[in-house]
Amino acid sequence: MFDIDIWQEILATIKKNKMRTFLTGFSVAWGIFMLMILLGSGNGLSNGVAANFMNDAVNAMWIWNGETTIAYEGMKTGRPIRFQNQDQEIVSKVSGVGVSSGRYFMGNTRYSYGKESGEYTTITCQPALKDVENLILNEGRFVNQIDIIQNRKVVVIGTDIKTALFKDSTALGEYVNINMVPFKVVGICSEPGSTRNRNAYMPLSTAQMIFNGSNKIHNLALTINASTLEESQAIEEQIRTALGKQHKFDPKDEGAIGLYNKLENYIQTMKIFQAIKIFIWIIGVGTLIAGIVGVSNIMLIVVKERTKEIGIRKAIGASPSSVVGLILLESILITTIAGYIGLVLGTGLMEMVNYFMVQSAGPATDQSETIFLNPTVDINIAIYSTLLLIVAGAVAGYIPAKRAASIKPIVALRDE
Amino acid sequence: MIKLNNIHKSYEMGNNSLHVLKGIDLTIEQGDFVSIMGSSGSGKSTLLNILGMLDNYDKGTYHLAGNLIANMSEKKAAQYRNDMVGFVFQSFNLISFKNAMENVALPLYYKGVPRKKRNQIALEYLEKLGLKEWASHMPNEMSGGQKQRVAIARALISQPKIILADEPTGALDTATSYEVMDILKEINEAGITVIIVTHEHDIAAMTRQIIRLKDGQIHEIIRNGELKQFQKEYVKELETV
Repeated sequence: MFDIDIWQEILATIKKNKMRTFLTGFSVAWGIFMLMILLGSGNGLSNGVAANFMNDAVNAMWIWNGETTIAYEGMKTGRPIRFQNQDQEIVSKVSGVGVSSGRYFMGNTRYSYGKESGEYTTITCQPALKDVENLILNEGRFVNQIDIIQNRKVVVIGTDIKTALFKDSTALGEYVNINMVPFKVVGICSEPGSTRNRNAYMPLSTAQMIFNGSNKIHNLALTINASTLEESQAIEEQIRTALGKQHKFDPKDEGAIGLYNKLENYIQTMKIFQAIKIFIWIIGVGTLIAGIVGVSNIMLIVVKERTKEIGIRKAIGASPSSVVGLILLESILITTIAGYIGLVLGTGLMEMVNYFMVQSAGPATDQSETIFLNPTVDINIAIYSTLLLIVAGAVAGYIPAKRAASIKPIVALRDE
Repeated sequence: MIKLNNIHKSYEMGNNSLHVLKGIDLTIEQGDFVSIMGSSGSGKSTLLNILGMLDNYDKGTYHLAGNLIANMSEKKAAQYRNDMVGFVFQSFNLISFKNAMENVALPLYYKGVPRKKRNQIALEYLEKLGLKEWASHMPNEMSGGQKQRVAIARALISQPKIILADEPTGALDTATSYEVMDILKEINEAGITVIIVTHEHDIAAMTRQIIRLKDGQIHEIIRNGELKQFQKEYVKELETV
């Protein structure tokens, strides 16, 4: 029974009862507004921390050598462990290990091109390092398998090195002298989440050959395939066992090799965020319930207040359904509009916070560490919670309206 | 028009049952001008509410314009009320947030008359009752007499067969009461049955038939010709008081 007359009747009622309308609307708008801010902040916090983790592959693991601290098979403690090329193969065979790369440190190396020169860190590696460290290639390519096999003298330089040595001219295909040995530049890269890109990457095999590294490597970078803390710890255990067998140290010896498991860290942090998210949801749902109770209360009062009016309307010929419709449509209209206002204000505020954060962070946004990122709410959640409030308001209004509409008009009229 | 046969009505008051109407037999013809009198608690308002389908009865039969009024759905009762009956109350019962015109137009809203049309008709009725200038005033800006006239206009707008008035002059001073009674008389002369409940003898004396209730039963019915006699009795009553 949709016709313009009903809405005119409702609008007239709303216009004449501004305070009541405002109170109903305010409790709905406030509930939605607070929910949006809470969920938005929670999302922002967790997005920010997750983004920081993404600077490297979340499932990255680094292993470095150390000295034994537990006597093993007749050998005393304090024995240094030295990694060699075959250790990378051993580690890569452990189940659950994804890609892996050995690394050999060269210390400071002097880079020169034409008249320009500078000292930068050279990281010698295998192709897999790109995936472990999530390196971003701005130009060219990364070290590949052919470079390794053929001991090619190629180098991938960080953007800062490129700027320092080549200024605005092209670097790709040019030769730089590294410790007086010419290397061809094949790529230019940058690291996510870092403002300094002063590292250069060259093939491990080439470096070992040219700079007298023989088959030594200093550490291993790898990714692991684990979805739970337990799985990642099991892989860690297996790696320790495999390397312990090779280098004859106790797998329980924490000093023999150092190991940093980023996934473990990530999973633990995400657990904390899960807890925070649950907490925020509890508060959010609490706010929503407060809103629902508010709407219900006001609707109860509204119906009570209008009992006499209902009696009059019924005496002059209103059917019960038209009375219920009048009250319900009014409540739905108010909660819908107010809910929408709360939604717009809440998401608007979060978008504004986001905007100013992006502005203040400046161009380095995607390069800098932030703990607050994209503090916005899933629009579906926003809409569903608004709908929930509207339905709650309707139900809260329906029950007393139905009762009021079904009492005898004479009883309703007697109500003062 | 109205035919009541052995109507009983009792109210549940906690554990007690209050037997208000104890078998009412009554016939009211089209065009009658009837007043129902009786001391408080005699059941006169209850009778009027049953006549107006605002309340139901426990036993007996009630025929209104040939239709048996019993166990009707709320919707059906609402429709009958809208079509057949106009109400005038002691406390006016205007909707406080609607102005005079909107109040008068409301019954037509439930008849499905478009807004413009019903507001126009409402203005005509207000004019008939001399309240045209007050059309846009809210009820709380009007005097009791004006409010009652608005209520009468509202009762008339749906062109009912019967006007039921529950103490229409109860909240008014004598002069205004007589004005209201004059209006009701005019309405009656136009052919509409008017039934009022009152406890004021002078008001009742203006009607053409008086039904006196006593303890839930009809004590006496004083018809047209006997009214003069009634008036005399009333004067005597006054003197003894």
